[in-house]
Amino acid sequence: MKISFIINGMSKIIDVEDENTPLLYIIRDVLDLKGTKFGCGKAACGACTLHVNNEAVRSCSYPVKFAEGKEIITIEGLGNRAKPHPVQQAWIEEIVPQCGYCQPGFIMATAALLNKVPRPTDKDIDNNIINICRCGTYYRMRKAIHRAAELSAESSSTSFKITD
Amino acid sequence: MNVRFLYPVVVLALLGILFSLANTPNMVTHTLPVSQHDIAQMESSSFTVMMDVLTHQRCMNCHPNDDIPKQGDDRHPHYFGMARGINDKGFQATNCHTCHQSVNNKNSGVPGAPHWALAPASMGWEGLTRTEIAGRLLNRETNGNKSHEELIEHMTKDELVLWAWDPGVNANGVQRTLPPVSKEDFKKAVVDWFANGAVIPTK
Repeated sequence: MKISFIINGMSKIIDVEDENTPLLYIIRDVLDLKGTKFGCGKAACGACTLHVNNEAVRSCSYPVKFAEGKEIITIEGLGNRAKPHPVQQAWIEEIVPQCGYCQPGFIMATAALLNKVPRPTDKDIDNNIINICRCGTYYRMRKAIHRAAELSAESSSTSFKITD
Repeated sequence: MNVRFLYPVVVLALLGILFSLANTPNMVTHTLPVSQHDIAQMESSSFTVMMDVLTHQRCMNCHPNDDIPKQGDDRHPHYFGMARGINDKGFQATNCHTCHQSVNNKNSGVPGAPHWALAPASMGWEGLTRTEIAGRLLNRETNGNKSHEELIEHMTKDELVLWAWDPGVNANGVQRTLPPVSKEDFKKAVVDWFANGAVIPTK
């Protein structure tokens, strides 16, 4: 079965035997985008979070068939070294990661949150950022999320615009 | 032989026969017309079957009274602090559809069905008796202003309701528990209960 979608701005057509294959497997093993992580495989930890049509999705629990015709953003497409996304910039400034494995999922979940709630409260963060970090970097992440909101506000008033 | 001696014996025998007949169960069968009692019995049966399903964890887990969805046969609170949030579907960026899609996922064990969401808060059933649940079901102020016909439609055709009989496997690949009544029997019970006036038995 052929499935087409746009991923990080590029059109892709993939041929899959099982249309229920998790999108995560396709992204990591077929498209070789290793930034999105496999954590628990049961939509519990959030390490595999990415965006489908601007909505945060746990890709280990998302059959690839549902990606047909949709736009996917992974951590690789969120920003880059030259022009990091405000969330990535805030993560760098607050030195958030420890082992780093879960961080792409947290960053994608945070980017989705800021798209919906530009200035999230601690309660908004508690409600929406429910991924799991076994290093316990939650405190630094909370600071980084508030910092990312500031950076987003600054950038939206200048030239930088969040496109995701 | 003197017949006079037989006379008391015959009388006693006749008395015995009469006594015996008087104590024999009445063998005549009566066909009674359908009475209010029979109707009440039928309603009670339909009600029981229907409520056996509505109070099962497959239904009850998404009809909380505390805005917290439940999971599993032990009805534990949904992990990760998920709650009713906005429009019964969780929060702004992390909501039901972050993990639950329109079908069950056998790879992750995450259940799914169309319009996956909590039942409205007004239809919270946790902690209520069967008659109280039925009261909320019939009350237009709590049931989303649904008529009896609309309730029948919802309970017998809605894909999220009927998901209870196709709940898929959990993260360990184990089949989720099914309601104690078959889908067909549940649908029949719902139709019969409403057809007989949707009487709540204890009222």
